[in-house]
Amino acid sequence: MKLNINGDYHEVDVEADMPLLWVLRDEIGLTGTKFGCGIAQCGACTVHLDGRPIRSCSYPVGNVKGKITTIESVGDPDILSKVQEAWIELQTPQCGYCQSGQIMSATALLANNPNPTDEDIDQAMAGNICRCGAYPRIRAAIHAAANAMKEV
Amino acid sequence: MSKLGTITRRTFIVASTAVVGGVLFGTYKYKQPVPNPLLGGDDATNLDFASPNPYIKIDQDGVTVITPRAEMGQGIHSTLAMMVAEEMDLDWKTIKTEHGPASNSYYVGIMMETLVGHQYDHSASTQRKRKLTHIPAKFLGIQMTGGSMSTPDGFVKMRSAGASARLVLMQAAAEQWGVDAISLTTDNGFVINPANDEKLSYTSLAVKAAQLDAPASPPLRDPSQWRYIGKSVARVDIPAKTRGTAEFAIDVKQEGMLHATIKMSPRFGAGIKSSDTSKAAAMPGVEKIVQLENNGFAVIANNTWRAFKAANAIVVEWETASYPADQAGIMEIYEDSFRSEPNGTFDEKGDIDLFFADKGDIVEAEYRVPHLAHSTMEPMTAVAQVNNGRVDIWAGNQAPVIIRDAIMELGGYEASDVHIHTTFLGGGFGRRAETDFSVVAYHIATQTNGRPVKVTWSREEDMQHDFYRPAAIARFKGVMGEKKPQAIDIQIASPSIMLSMSKRGPIPAIGPDPLIAEGTAGQPDDIENIRIRTFAPELDIPVGFWRSVGASYNGFFHESFMDELAASRDIDPVVMRLEMFGDLAPPANKVVEKVAEMAGWVGREGINAGASNRGRGFAYTLSYGAHTAQIIDVSMTERGIKIDRIYCAVDVGVAIDPRNIEAQIQSGIIYGLSSAMSGEITFADGMVVQSNYHDYPAMRMHQVPDIEVAILENNPRISGVGEPGTPPSIPALSNAIFALTGQRIRELPMNKHIEFV
Repeated sequence: MKLNINGDYHEVDVEADMPLLWVLRDEIGLTGTKFGCGIAQCGACTVHLDGRPIRSCSYPVGNVKGKITTIESVGDPDILSKVQEAWIELQTPQCGYCQSGQIMSATALLANNPNPTDEDIDQAMAGNICRCGAYPRIRAAIHAAANAMKEV
Repeated sequence: MSKLGTITRRTFIVASTAVVGGVLFGTYKYKQPVPNPLLGGDDATNLDFASPNPYIKIDQDGVTVITPRAEMGQGIHSTLAMMVAEEMDLDWKTIKTEHGPASNSYYVGIMMETLVGHQYDHSASTQRKRKLTHIPAKFLGIQMTGGSMSTPDGFVKMRSAGASARLVLMQAAAEQWGVDAISLTTDNGFVINPANDEKLSYTSLAVKAAQLDAPASPPLRDPSQWRYIGKSVARVDIPAKTRGTAEFAIDVKQEGMLHATIKMSPRFGAGIKSSDTSKAAAMPGVEKIVQLENNGFAVIANNTWRAFKAANAIVVEWETASYPADQAGIMEIYEDSFRSEPNGTFDEKGDIDLFFADKGDIVEAEYRVPHLAHSTMEPMTAVAQVNNGRVDIWAGNQAPVIIRDAIMELGGYEASDVHIHTTFLGGGFGRRAETDFSVVAYHIATQTNGRPVKVTWSREEDMQHDFYRPAAIARFKGVMGEKKPQAIDIQIASPSIMLSMSKRGPIPAIGPDPLIAEGTAGQPDDIENIRIRTFAPELDIPVGFWRSVGASYNGFFHESFMDELAASRDIDPVVMRLEMFGDLAPPANKVVEKVAEMAGWVGREGINAGASNRGRGFAYTLSYGAHTAQIIDVSMTERGIKIDRIYCAVDVGVAIDPRNIEAQIQSGIIYGLSSAMSGEITFADGMVVQSNYHDYPAMRMHQVPDIEVAILENNPRISGVGEPGTPPSIPALSNAIFALTGQRIRELPMNKHIEFV
């Protein structure tokens, strides 16, 4: 089957029930998207399907109809790069393993809601676990990215 | 995670008669520099790079700092590189760091310092004795990350490495220019001749510097001259971690690599009764199924998900476990242990039995905590290749030489045959101080005809095959005086982590295990009558280092009971604590005063049960050398109890990077609170019940409030910060809940008794 990932087409020959995560990681070699739980509980595998955040560990590749965006599409779309800049500015990651998923969730939030409140952030980020507890800086970085977007 | 120091505490005590004499014998050898693993066996006279010591490599591309501690989120690569940059005059923007090879040269020198005195004792004689422990630590040669040891261990070592390299580069420039080295200066990676403003880059001097001997004990700069230490720098690992390009073990790619997973016995120590792998072996993408000794299987496939699927299709009947099948039976062994001989007695002072014999007004309490999993975000993973007598292991790990030595022993290899490549760790917390995930990958790689294989554990396999933070029960008895406790008698039952480790490694466990009591023992408690006895129930459930180890539960025990004692006399717990410190540890008073000031603590007003919809709790723990005090504010909402704000004051002695310290303290608090609120590993049918984040939850964004951290520097010794945030967080929360609801939570996790937002 043919997949549109970060604007490039990839031909893959896999079972339709293989989760998108393992197609990305083991078949295509895009390892920026992480495996955490396999049951859509931790958010480490978050990617976008047509701009919407999905948990790729539980999303059968056969169901994918649309454009996939992963962390590797650095700076494109624009919001992703603003989020990444804010993440660096506030020194957000610790071990860093959950951060691809956090950044993809935050990017989707800001695309829909350029001015999120703390409650909006709580809701949008509830599916992403960070065992290092970088939450206070993730929250601050989302606000910082929102502010940076306004300045453009 | 703690000290392998404690591993060696034991060995050290046992061997101490030999060591006393041995120290003298050893001092001569101790003073010899360690071999430089970066120079390998090469002819050191003919190198295109300079490596004046094991921590620095200078070549045409720049300066690389070898930061031989696991980067598991704590920012240690940047912290250690800052120390080098400070003395070597490097430009931070050009710094490169590398984990480097597994080597005994990267041993932790301070590993056995905890053998000596109380953590709050900084007398000259104690400091002298602490230094002496560096001698056997060097001979042990254990490279490992944990116990909040990396920063204090590196503080002199890494600065000396930088200073020594700088002097060598100045000498090289002096020879090139034909001037006296003493007339030269350095700036941001260049040697400068002030006489004519000529300059030479460190990189251009590399080849020449490689021929020169570096001074062993260079003078270090006065703190007033520091330009990096004490300021916050941009961490070197963060850009890659925001772009998804940071390489964890699970991301390693090797030519021809296979993908595998494991299915291990769900009952610890129990083997295979019968099995059928035929269905799994026939599944798509499966290359091979391998039985691992008598307690598990590996599925080798061409894709991780296909390996997971096939592993689920293996049909096995497992033997029964040696320990009781269910939780109640396990806890009975704990309860019974109180009737056995104590494993150890700590901090004994006064005559406890006599004191309690005729006292009527005794406060008593029993506390319980469950087993806990580490649940790092990245499940256990390692890549291994065994080919032509050479072994390569790529793993995020906290103990590279222990992994190397384990594989050397298994396969009869020389150290030079086994190459450990330490990647970033997707969380460590003590779990990756173990060797199991690397060793199992090695075993699997012996079955792939030389092809590399990535072994990824499912989350379920990871959670159900951990080396758990042991459960524990504590029984406290106390009598209050007018302002502070007059007497405390404490009994703690928890399995010996050292004993558990001795069963899976070359570590003897003899004598009392101080980890059972750490965090209750060794607190600056100026009390007339005190006794702490430990009991060590024995079960074949593997237990290991979990962020702050014994202090992770002892902080809760000790601080809950202090709050109970204060409440029994309606005394302000902060006032009581300041009274209790006496003159033992002035920095302890300072952190308590500081956190009270930050929170606007005004005595007991507002903390009495049921007075309002808000409550606040206080706790203090000395752990890993750092005095740490916290206040947590909670409120009652329609959806349950909400944590509103957290205040923490911590004394680190010397703050290397304040912004990073803040992150670590927040991290330790959230890790502790996650466990306190909902963390619990239990057993049924001899197997761990919990399997994934739905039944072993972690705190999420909406549960985490602002966490204000104040960093103090009154302590005479520098300390690490990975662990000290954790122990007081748990009792600060339960004490706050008591203030809010009047309900005293003596059993964790708290969600068994109350609801959180």
